[in-house]
Amino acid sequence: MSPEMLNLLMKSFWETCYMVFSSTVLSTLIGLPLGIILCVTRKEHILPNPTLNAVLGAIVNATRSTPFIILMVAIIPLTRMIVGSSIGTTAAIVPLTISAAPFIARIIESSLLEINPGIIEAAQAMGASPMQIITKVLVPESLHSIVLGVTLAIISLIGYSAMAGTLGGGGLGDLAIRYGYQRFQMDVMIATVIVLIVMVQVMQSLGDNLSKKLNKNKL
Amino acid sequence: MIDLINVEKTYFSKAGDIHALKKTNLTINEGEIFGIIGLSGAGKSTLVRCINMLERPTNGQVFVDGAELTKMNDSELRKARQNIGMIFQHFNLLTSRTVYDNIAFPLEIQGMGKDEIEKRVRPLLELVGLETRGDYYPSQLSGGQKQRVGIARALASNPKVLLCDEATSALDPQTTKSILQLLLDINKKMNLTIVLITHQMEVVKTICDRVAVIENGVIIEEGNMVDVFTNPQTETTKEFTKSVINVNLPEMIKQENLSPVYVGGSKLFVRLTFIGDSAGEPVVSGMVKHHDVDISIISANIDQLKDMPFGVLLIEVSGSRENIESALKYLHDQNLKVEVLGYES
Repeated sequence: MSPEMLNLLMKSFWETCYMVFSSTVLSTLIGLPLGIILCVTRKEHILPNPTLNAVLGAIVNATRSTPFIILMVAIIPLTRMIVGSSIGTTAAIVPLTISAAPFIARIIESSLLEINPGIIEAAQAMGASPMQIITKVLVPESLHSIVLGVTLAIISLIGYSAMAGTLGGGGLGDLAIRYGYQRFQMDVMIATVIVLIVMVQVMQSLGDNLSKKLNKNKL
Repeated sequence: MIDLINVEKTYFSKAGDIHALKKTNLTINEGEIFGIIGLSGAGKSTLVRCINMLERPTNGQVFVDGAELTKMNDSELRKARQNIGMIFQHFNLLTSRTVYDNIAFPLEIQGMGKDEIEKRVRPLLELVGLETRGDYYPSQLSGGQKQRVGIARALASNPKVLLCDEATSALDPQTTKSILQLLLDINKKMNLTIVLITHQMEVVKTICDRVAVIENGVIIEEGNMVDVFTNPQTETTKEFTKSVINVNLPEMIKQENLSPVYVGGSKLFVRLTFIGDSAGEPVVSGMVKHHDVDISIISANIDQLKDMPFGVLLIEVSGSRENIESALKYLHDQNLKVEVLGYES
């Protein structure tokens, strides 16, 4: 592979990192509170509110069932409003975030639901407020499981970011399509795929390790 | 200390309403250990949860330490709950926190500072015998140790009342004993009122001052533990007490037909129940000495109800009709419970 190609590969790698990192942070910031609300507003939980739960649930489901490539095009006006442009690496962060946030919300919701209800009851018996139960019981008790969920989200975002390339998002996926596929440069194709595989492997083992450290259930 | 007035709890559902608790009145005094016994599904869990309002009663009033909990809003209730500790069958410790941090949890909730928390948690660790386990996580502890953490956590905010929800049901007999001993100690040391629900009569027998028996959401019997044990009124209670005090006739005698009147040369079966001081008196030898009858002991059992010695003696009396009758009269004059079971025929 020529030095120019290597440079291009490096550049694409950093673009992918930038897109995935930013959208992970942003979608977690949206998904965490959303997931908490989805959990605590359930009928038998600490702040039951069936209407809010149903409405949020419907929005989350709608977003999750829209194919990413269509969502990306459909929200172009929103992207332009937020970023000022609808093409480019930064512009790709908006659809990536919007598609990952509900995914993370559902993952967090199910992590929180795994907590033994007895622990929540004990906290209530001690006089904990709903907010204290969320911050001192629900989140810390499920943190190890949330970490695994977010790892899962990061890995899907690596995949989605390749699609964002079709809207000028750049990144490794874009490189693989334009050079590897459209120009038949097999070496570029193989190189990008290897880089992607390594990225996914590294992220998964980082996530697994962190989750293991946080899980005090099996010592 | 605790008053329940006409407390009712109904769960409404499409399949039909479930009356978990029917009009219940109950008074629990300061400093006593009160046991609530019942089979699973009898409503005892609901009853104890109505005391700290984890279950809001459908009707009725709940008073704890003079304050009416049923009238309070959520934030007043949270404040009141800090006065009522609770421990659970499955301990319900926070798995992501160390032993120390679990005990600190209720204090953190109250917004107490780190130094003050330390001053409270250290002596509690000592009280429950876990001084060296402060940095352990719950998953590294045995069941008994976990319950000790549960107790320390429940005591952290210096409550006046401790509710125990089947606190020993998940523990082995040896561990159960040590946890009960700990509960007795803190009851004496802190004059803490303890309410415990259980289906284990062993627990009630060891530590309770008073008991209530609950069935189908109704309290069917209530009173001093010793009275309820030695003189159960309802079938359910009899069934319960049988499990710890076996005062039944051996099968072999049951099969023979016992006659209520003397038949020539027959022997009399009598069951004697000794409670408290009378357990130490030589009643039987007195009877033999003064009334010229022969005695064989069929079964004998001595036990302890909290700190009250309690014995049951099943004897067979033989002799002439007059001698048996005078011996019986002698027994009736003693300070014990005499049950004539019948004459062998």
